[in-house]
Amino acid sequence: MARTAKTRKTPAKSQQQGGPSDDSDFALHSLQEAFEKAKVYDASEDEMMEFYRQMLLIRRFEERAGQLYGLGLIGGFCHLYIGQEAVAIGLQSALDNDKDSVITGYRDHGHMLAYGIDPKVIMAELTGRQAGISKGKGGSMHMFSTEHKFYGGHGIVGAQVALGGGLALAHKYNEDGGLCLAYFGDGAANQGQVYETFNMASLWKLPIVFVIENNQYAMGTSTARSSAETEFYRRGTAFRIPGMDVNGMDVLEVRAAAEVAFKHVREGNGPVLMELNTYRYRGHSMSDPAKYRTREEVQDVREHKDPIEGLKKVLVDKGKSEDDLKAIDKEIRKIVSEAADFSENSPEPEASELYTDVLVEEY
Amino acid sequence: MAIELKMPALSPTMEEGTIAKWLVKEGDTVSSGDILAEIETDKATMEFESIDEGTVGKILIPEGTENVKVGTVIAVLAGEGEDASEAAASAEAATSDEGEQQPEPPASSGEQEKSDDEKDAIAPSKPKSEPKSDPAIPDGTNMATVTVREALRDAMAEEMRRDERVFIMGEEVAEYQGAYKVTQGLLEEFGPKRVIDTPITEYGFAGIGTGAAMGGLRPIVEFMTFNFAMQAIDHIVNSAAKTNYMSGGQMRCPVVFRGPNGAASRVGAQHSQNYGPWYASVPGLIVIAPYDSSDAKGLLKAAIRSEDPVVFLENELVYGRSFELPELDDHVLPIGKARIVREGSDVTIVSYSIGVGFALQAAEKLAEEGIEAEVIDLRTLRPLDRQTILESLAKTNRLVVAEEGWPTCSIASEVIAICMEEGFDHLDAPVLRVCNEDVPLPYAANLEKMALIDAPRIIEAVKKVCYV
Repeated sequence: MARTAKTRKTPAKSQQQGGPSDDSDFALHSLQEAFEKAKVYDASEDEMMEFYRQMLLIRRFEERAGQLYGLGLIGGFCHLYIGQEAVAIGLQSALDNDKDSVITGYRDHGHMLAYGIDPKVIMAELTGRQAGISKGKGGSMHMFSTEHKFYGGHGIVGAQVALGGGLALAHKYNEDGGLCLAYFGDGAANQGQVYETFNMASLWKLPIVFVIENNQYAMGTSTARSSAETEFYRRGTAFRIPGMDVNGMDVLEVRAAAEVAFKHVREGNGPVLMELNTYRYRGHSMSDPAKYRTREEVQDVREHKDPIEGLKKVLVDKGKSEDDLKAIDKEIRKIVSEAADFSENSPEPEASELYTDVLVEEY
Repeated sequence: MAIELKMPALSPTMEEGTIAKWLVKEGDTVSSGDILAEIETDKATMEFESIDEGTVGKILIPEGTENVKVGTVIAVLAGEGEDASEAAASAEAATSDEGEQQPEPPASSGEQEKSDDEKDAIAPSKPKSEPKSDPAIPDGTNMATVTVREALRDAMAEEMRRDERVFIMGEEVAEYQGAYKVTQGLLEEFGPKRVIDTPITEYGFAGIGTGAAMGGLRPIVEFMTFNFAMQAIDHIVNSAAKTNYMSGGQMRCPVVFRGPNGAASRVGAQHSQNYGPWYASVPGLIVIAPYDSSDAKGLLKAAIRSEDPVVFLENELVYGRSFELPELDDHVLPIGKARIVREGSDVTIVSYSIGVGFALQAAEKLAEEGIEAEVIDLRTLRPLDRQTILESLAKTNRLVVAEEGWPTCSIASEVIAICMEEGFDHLDAPVLRVCNEDVPLPYAANLEKMALIDAPRIIEAVKKVCYV
């Protein structure tokens, strides 16, 4: 075939065995094509109600976190997930929680809530209390739940991608059938170690789904100002990693894409790169004056693309009443209020905690 | 009940701000997420969003008002089914009752903080480490003569046989048999699943190794030399060392980063550096730098078994040296314990890695002149065995630190600080350090020799502290 001749430059290269470049049937577009055929996940009504409930929980939780920050109860950096809810819910609802692992950066509250982890221990971590999931020693950016195979919560932009490669290596090494879902942002997508990881993950066919949550701004710098290639799903091409371009504001579309991507990875075909196009309504962190974009831009997304309002419309069309949805809202408000109260009233860590957990063993 | 909207803080340090603009008016219906107002400080402008639903009852602070204290009620919102005007009235009553009172301070300041400070004033005592002693070698144990290179290889092979989770990854570790042949034969015995050649991509594979440890494996990550690990130092420090603490003890990271460290021979400045002090400054890491074959094997086995992340610093110039090693089924040594490699009563020389060889040479020469030097091999740089150093100092009252590395912010600096803080009363002379010259390592043979430590310089320092 002409294509084969063209891609294999030297005889020496074509004699090499085992690498991904041997796969002459490889097609970078195959997953996107499969996804285009069925873009909306055929969710049952119960599933949809659950997606709605979970997204709303993230939204209300984050709003409250923002408020607690304003009151000085949460300190330091606090990155809210408002606007991006459909990404975590759409993807994580497709995981096999007995086997699969998840890792992300510092905008991590939503991913934890998506696991159904008690909002109380998350909020208590934000307020730096002993009852927090990291005993108050991690804070907003550093939360983990090994019980749920959620590996954090990492503050160095892009580091979680290489670490996720390691989690995927462990899945493959242990032959446990699991995959790793590694989230990072459009900003992290310009870090060198991301591509080092792409290379090894593809070379070793690691079971990993790379997810770029493209919320359009790396802190205050728009993708257009920071990235030579803003179609991030193409960024794996040089490593022969198939890409998928997904509307991250539609939970049913996200879930449909997840089905295609996860199947590919579970079948031992190596990594997939998903670009989830989304938007954060709030600043990069709480101390972001947001001068780099207009209010109209934010308002436009809120009015026309909001993931929660979008799903609400679908549910109403399916015959759900406003009252049914209101009841969910009421329940969520109660959960979030309780979490906030708990996080305010829990004691700070004991002073003796200063020295615990530095090392595991005694020497 | 009416919901009071309070002046928010844009940051925990903000105390007051300006209400630049109200974006809603009394009587407006708002839902959560709606922007109510713009708040300005000297640093930034931020939008103030509603997190509740309801009707704006009364705007208490008009736009343009400056110096509005954080926590001041700036508006009231009537909840569902409430009369907005009633809410406004009750709010007004409430605010007039308060009069000139300061708004309620956030919970984290004021009185509560004071009591917390008092509580914290009773500082917890830092846990003391009590290093374990080396296990006794049974009488009649055969002593084999083995190179450091073989000892390291055997340590890895034994641990890989013992624990399926242990694997090694790095550049040229498999098919090439190791850039310095430390992994010789491992591929043949354990196969490519457990002996993994990586591309030249230190940051990436250090991250993958660290992640694999988080995922439950026991990776040994070989750096061809630690000079290249500078590209990966972020994962060693930020990902491996801190995660256990940041997770409140949930996350384990039992990874070993190993490879040659320090100056080799004529390889120039970028390939010749001792990273011991760098890593030893990081809480959450174990740092080991052995000298001889027995310690190399016993401590590498301990490192692989440790639940903590370990930086294991070898030395290329020592790989080929042969030492006695007890032939035991399972030769494991305690981490965190220094070793007295030569006993003496007149002066203590503290060293580690290749420096121990120079210290022993110096001690032999000094003995000819009637000075009996005690030589301590630190073996572990973090946690440092203060006890062994201080006990020796109490005996000899004089101490010199010999380190193949730069003097500034060195292990030598640390040992001297320990002697000052905890051994001052035992000192008969200032503690001296013998380190490399404070320059990037030159290539020229004569300059390189001048820049690196050697036995004569240690002898000179010892004589100085002995006042001879």
